[in-house]
Amino acid sequence: MVTFDYLNATKIKTEAKINPQNHKNGFRVVVGMATCGLTAGADKVFQTLKQLIESNNLDNIDLAPVGCVGECALEPLVEVIDHQGQKTTYCKVSLQDIEKIVNQHLISGAPVKELTIDNYKNIDSSSLQVRIALRNCGVINPEDINEYICYDGYKALGKVLTEMTPEEVIHVIQESGLRGRGGGGFSTGLKWSLCAKNKGGQKYIICNADEGDPGAFMDRAVLEGDPHSVIEAMAIGGYAIGASQGYIYIRAEYPLAVQRLNKAIEQAYEAELLGKNIFGTDFCFDLELRLGAGAFVCGEETALIASIEGERGMPRNKPPFPADKGLFARPSIINNVETYANISPIVLKGAKWFASMGTQKSKGTKVFALGGKINNTGLLEVPMGTTLRQVIYDVGGGIPNNKKFKAVQTGGPSGGCLTAEHLDTPIDYDNLVKLNSMMGSGGMIVMDEENCMVDVAHFYLQFTVEESCGKCTPCREGTHKMLEILEKIKSGNGTMQDITELEELAYYIQDSALCALGQSAPNPVISTLLNFKDEYIAHVTDKKCPAKVCKALVNYAVVADKCIGCTKCKRNCPVQAISGEVKKPHKIDTNRCIKCDMCRQACPVNAIILE
Amino acid sequence: MNTVTLTIDGQKITVPENYTILQAAKELGINIPRLCYLKDINETSACRICVVEIEGMRTLKNSCTVKVQNNMVVKTNTPRVRKSIQKNLMLLASNHKFDCWKCPRERNCEFLYLLRKYNIDNSMGEDAYFAKKHFITNITDAIVLDSSKCILCGRCVSACQKYAGTGALDFNERGYHTYISSAQNHDLDDSGCIYCGKCIQACPTGALRERDQIDEVLELLSNKEYYTVVQIAPGVRAALGEEFGYPIGTNVEGKLYNALSKLGFDDITDTNFSADVTIMEEGTEFIHRFQDFKNGDKKALPLFTSCSPGWIRYIEQYYPEFLSNLSSCKSPQQMHGALVKHYYAQKINTPKEKIKVVSIMPCIAKKYEAKRPEMEADGVRDVDYVLTTRELARMIRRQDIDFRALEDITPSSPMAKYTGAGAIFGVTGGVMEAALRTVRDILEQKDYTDVDFAAIRGAGDGIKEAQIEIAGTKLTVAVVHGAVNFKEMLERVKQNPGKYAFVEFMACTGGCVNGGGQPILCAEDQENIDIRTERAKAIYNIDAQKQLRKSHQNPVVIELYQEFLEKPGSEKAHKLLHTHYAKKESYSKL
Amino acid sequence: MKFVLEESKVQLLKERIQKHKQKPGPLMPTLHDAQNIFGCIPIEVQKIISEELDESVAKINGVVTFYSNFSTEPKGKHIVSVCMGTACYVKGAKAILDTISDMLNIEPGQTTKDGLFTLENTRCIGACGLAPVFQIGDKVYGNATKDTAKQAIEEILKSEA
Ligand SMILES: Cc1cc2nc3c(=O)[nH]c(=O)nc-3n(C[C@H](O)[C@H](O)[C@H](O)COP(=O)(O)O)c2cc1C
Ligand code: SF4
Ligand code: SF4
Ligand code: SF4
Ligand code: SF4
Ligand code: SF4
Ligand code: SF4
Ligand code: SF4
Ligand code: FES
Ligand code: FES
Ligand code: FES
Ligand code: FES
Repeated sequence: MVTFDYLNATKIKTEAKINPQNHKNGFRVVVGMATCGLTAGADKVFQTLKQLIESNNLDNIDLAPVGCVGECALEPLVEVIDHQGQKTTYCKVSLQDIEKIVNQHLISGAPVKELTIDNYKNIDSSSLQVRIALRNCGVINPEDINEYICYDGYKALGKVLTEMTPEEVIHVIQESGLRGRGGGGFSTGLKWSLCAKNKGGQKYIICNADEGDPGAFMDRAVLEGDPHSVIEAMAIGGYAIGASQGYIYIRAEYPLAVQRLNKAIEQAYEAELLGKNIFGTDFCFDLELRLGAGAFVCGEETALIASIEGERGMPRNKPPFPADKGLFARPSIINNVETYANISPIVLKGAKWFASMGTQKSKGTKVFALGGKINNTGLLEVPMGTTLRQVIYDVGGGIPNNKKFKAVQTGGPSGGCLTAEHLDTPIDYDNLVKLNSMMGSGGMIVMDEENCMVDVAHFYLQFTVEESCGKCTPCREGTHKMLEILEKIKSGNGTMQDITELEELAYYIQDSALCALGQSAPNPVISTLLNFKDEYIAHVTDKKCPAKVCKALVNYAVVADKCIGCTKCKRNCPVQAISGEVKKPHKIDTNRCIKCDMCRQACPVNAIILE
Repeated sequence: MNTVTLTIDGQKITVPENYTILQAAKELGINIPRLCYLKDINETSACRICVVEIEGMRTLKNSCTVKVQNNMVVKTNTPRVRKSIQKNLMLLASNHKFDCWKCPRERNCEFLYLLRKYNIDNSMGEDAYFAKKHFITNITDAIVLDSSKCILCGRCVSACQKYAGTGALDFNERGYHTYISSAQNHDLDDSGCIYCGKCIQACPTGALRERDQIDEVLELLSNKEYYTVVQIAPGVRAALGEEFGYPIGTNVEGKLYNALSKLGFDDITDTNFSADVTIMEEGTEFIHRFQDFKNGDKKALPLFTSCSPGWIRYIEQYYPEFLSNLSSCKSPQQMHGALVKHYYAQKINTPKEKIKVVSIMPCIAKKYEAKRPEMEADGVRDVDYVLTTRELARMIRRQDIDFRALEDITPSSPMAKYTGAGAIFGVTGGVMEAALRTVRDILEQKDYTDVDFAAIRGAGDGIKEAQIEIAGTKLTVAVVHGAVNFKEMLERVKQNPGKYAFVEFMACTGGCVNGGGQPILCAEDQENIDIRTERAKAIYNIDAQKQLRKSHQNPVVIELYQEFLEKPGSEKAHKLLHTHYAKKESYSKL
Repeated sequence: MKFVLEESKVQLLKERIQKHKQKPGPLMPTLHDAQNIFGCIPIEVQKIISEELDESVAKINGVVTFYSNFSTEPKGKHIVSVCMGTACYVKGAKAILDTISDMLNIEPGQTTKDGLFTLENTRCIGACGLAPVFQIGDKVYGNATKDTAKQAIEEILKSEA
């Protein structure tokens, strides 16, 4: 049986191992080994480090793989913490760098200045950040339950089971003001209480780890970096609502997260933190993984339920809500990964502590995945109410190559595009909805002047069209027709009438689709129509794509002054559309040109432009 | 039951709390349009035609499945609602192939009805810039699936699951590319489909329909080289009238005979006659098996009826291990065809090769049955063409025959003479009842006058069981209708060896009166009217009014055996009237 | 490419199904196994599942064709997938997809005639920090360019030659 004594003993034992302060000249060395780290070659880095540490007989070093450190663009990342608690972060670590780090830093104690993060980033993006959901990511070894326990893991579960009634648990969560991080922002405590009031019988608690929103990887980071935080929270939730069975529905595209979750579940069973009579109480809880299979709509809760049941992932009408009639027609709770990651800290530190952060109606912090045209691509966690400007410039470091900021897309395919005039908006659920966007799961994609907003709208819509389940008419037929209209506009065949029809369809679909996928599918179109209508009109009336993205509306041309007559473009053109003699300005026959871009890439002096 | 009070379009109403908004509105006489909703069968909220405004809700809600709540304020007919319905229909129309004039649903297409009602403009569908979807078809001898008319309401999928129990149809692919068919549009004939046609009856459009043979029959009728004999099945007369505005359950037998003669058939006969013959053959088979059973052959019983080709396809594909229990009798349609060609031909002095038999059936499985290779003798097919009740109605209209003005006539052919027993073949329990009437009389050598077996009548329960005492032995008989119940019945048979003596199987719930070839009711009428019961009334009326109500008393049948077949189960009878069935694997042609 | 049902694989699948049947909702785990064991789930395989789980083939196919990770046709030896997630798209993933598509002369979703390559466009694989990315088999190529894509394909072509 698992007890608090066991947790304490484990903590002391593990602390002794992983805290460098306990060793003379000791170091804790961690390597970011989440998906992006591994993509950048972190595995080799880790192996090499290990070999060198062994061959140099450095027995005062604790080397561990950890999850997402947050600086995804700078992977592979190695962090060295010395016995004074001083942390040095090494970025883009190559195999040659490792030797230096081992010899200089680990053996001689002198950080390798030229390899640290200061060489890559002009700002310190940690100042605004508060890490709750990501508290352990990049800190602990996700494959070692003892490290999780060492950071007070499973203490909240113990507390809940031995000191609190289910009602009290729900009350704390409700008081904390925690709202679902999966997009909708529904009060988590309220949701739990709705399910709890259905007394008796089998109930289920489900974790939504489908994270289908392209460009978002918050949940992946938690699952790869701190899987136990989700397991513990699900057990707490199970206790609160009276469910003895949990499911984690995870997308199959996250093999590493699946592997780490499996391992974590296994370890939790071994430690008797899952299974029968946890902490010696009556509470029993089983947890199972279910894999998605490539359908974005399965992130929608009723579709997710259908999928676990072995059906096509087609959403069902609400009401009845899952809390009343969910999985296998039983009352069920579905929460997002990040929502769960907040639970244990709230239980341990109290509702007040959590509610002290954030805005009036949105409490706590939010994790964002910042991507697109931004200097510091990566993961960040900031208090609700932080402004877009702070996120983009103070944490994200602004737009690369001195390009002009044009828009930031929040909420993924269901969200909208915000413009420069919205930059000072404090980010919370309600403010974003007011601006025709939404929080969504936390993907944030920055666009600059080179992005055509009609093209961007088309991109998002294409995504929802491909991911529509096809069940209801507005979404299946309507979004497709909208896409066809956008194609018509992009190809220069659009009319003003088409823009009107596009708008009408958008509002009709928003108003009448069965599930939130369809209801929000028009958002990218609506928000670009609101904020960038001039770009649409330019496509339709002037037959021009101002950002020069829509191929049908741009032409390739040689700037005669710049051309040095090197003939490279001519040789690269697959359709012989370029003529000209050596050392003389060349010329492109636009009738023949198929806009393949080969010439522009080949030109050594950037003499070929789009117009 | 608790009630709730809500306001719809300004009117207050109190209804039971389990009502949907659509139901509550109906109480007020407010008609909300619908397309995907089929009560208890397809409640998927998919089409979004039935949307309404509910105060306090951000978006429109579908009224077909959303339940009423106290103090709800609903508006069903605002510009916002109307605009939504119009856009919805416009989008569906833009991907629809309109050829209503040759579509079997032209007169009762639920989609076309809404297009008219909302005056839909199809300029979007005609904009050459927008490509039409990729359409699929799946054509078999019995059924046609044509996605160019499909609105993806899913009613057929649910009907197939809940009535047929085969799940032969389902959604394929997803999103814009979704289409309804067998797996990957595999030949429906080889996909576990039993041709019950429940999907056709559920479809609001012409996307699912019978394989039309009207033109072939018209061609035949104009070709004087052949002598054409038409037969009509028991259930047809109880439903054809609906196509011409008669109330459901009107028997239009007399006008029907007349219409056939106006269409130019040379000879009008009735399948009810062969239903009587079927009882002679099947009754005798039962008596033999019953004796074998008594003599210790435990496998001789139960005997399963074999007159529903939908059922035959079911047992062949899903429970071939029970084939030995199946009666070897052909269905009445096939017996009739065989008798016309091999017996009647001689009587009317026409070479059998020069006769064509056309049957009018309430069934689409019969179209397939007529084409089965085993359904012939001496190289001539038993039946040459099969038209459904619906096709007959269309043919009558196409030939400008004013059905309502026709006089009742009675055909003169001896093969149109039938007893009450033959008539009730068209309803669930009818074959069993007809058989019991004859078997009891023969075994007990009596002439019972009370011939009603009430216990096995009615469309209420999918499986009906009864204990019947014949010749001192208590027999357990069972009657199953609706293919979805077959599995349960066969499992009961498996679990209780020796219990059942005789089981009647009909693939369509209610029996052939509700066959897949019968006139189709729109969704709302299906919900309000139990057509199975209404049409059955017409059939039982015919039976009640017949002087002769037992097959073995049909004088023409007696003559047939005297003149030609000798006795039931004779060698000749076996050659012409019996067959055998074999295991059939689905998805075998890969 | 013609699909062949190997008996040993059929047995393996049947064993897995027996295991999944112990728990509610066995179809999805079964399909994942089938996809892994056979590399695709054509009707031949669906028939086996249909018998074991007592569901119609049409229903199973409906589920198979709903999810993009399941395929009904065999895939190529090397699966090249280009991420078309947002982060990758705004950083030029389309150009990479087009380059590979031109090189292999197939559209996304198709397999080359020689059965060597299947080209796919996938959704975010979670490596957005390194956008744009593409993947060949298990290997992920981050911060990709047309040239790295070309090189990667050429390397495989060379090794297969
Ligand atoms: C199309 C669609 C996709 C969704 N995808 C996800 C997802 O990937 N992850 C998630 O947690 N929630 C997703 N949601 C939201 C869920 O339906 C649900 O609201 C959420 O999981 C509830 O958890 P929460 O209250 O903790 O946010 C999606 C919703 C829709 C309509
Ligand atoms: S809105 Fe789209 S995804 Fe949702 S049920 Fe309708 S078709 Fe399916
Ligand atoms: S874009 Fe391509 S086709 Fe056009 S001129 Fe340049 S190389 Fe030739
Ligand atoms: S490549 Fe550039 S510089 Fe060279 S000929 Fe072409 S346009 Fe001129
Ligand atoms: S399905 Fe309806 S609308 Fe379509 S062709 Fe037939 S009758 Fe006309
Ligand atoms: S005919 Fe019957 S079995 Fe065949 S698809 Fe239609 S409903 Fe299903
Ligand atoms: S075939 Fe008919 S019933 Fe089936 S989905 Fe299409 S329109 Fe609906
Ligand atoms: S019950 Fe009648 S109508 Fe239905 S399939 Fe059988 S014979 Fe045909
Ligand atoms: S640092 Fe690797 S996932 Fe972010
Ligand atoms: S959604 Fe109500 S009838 Fe289709
Ligand atoms: S629909 Fe069936 S013939 Fe029945
Ligand atoms: S968008 Fe390409 S990896 Fe996320």
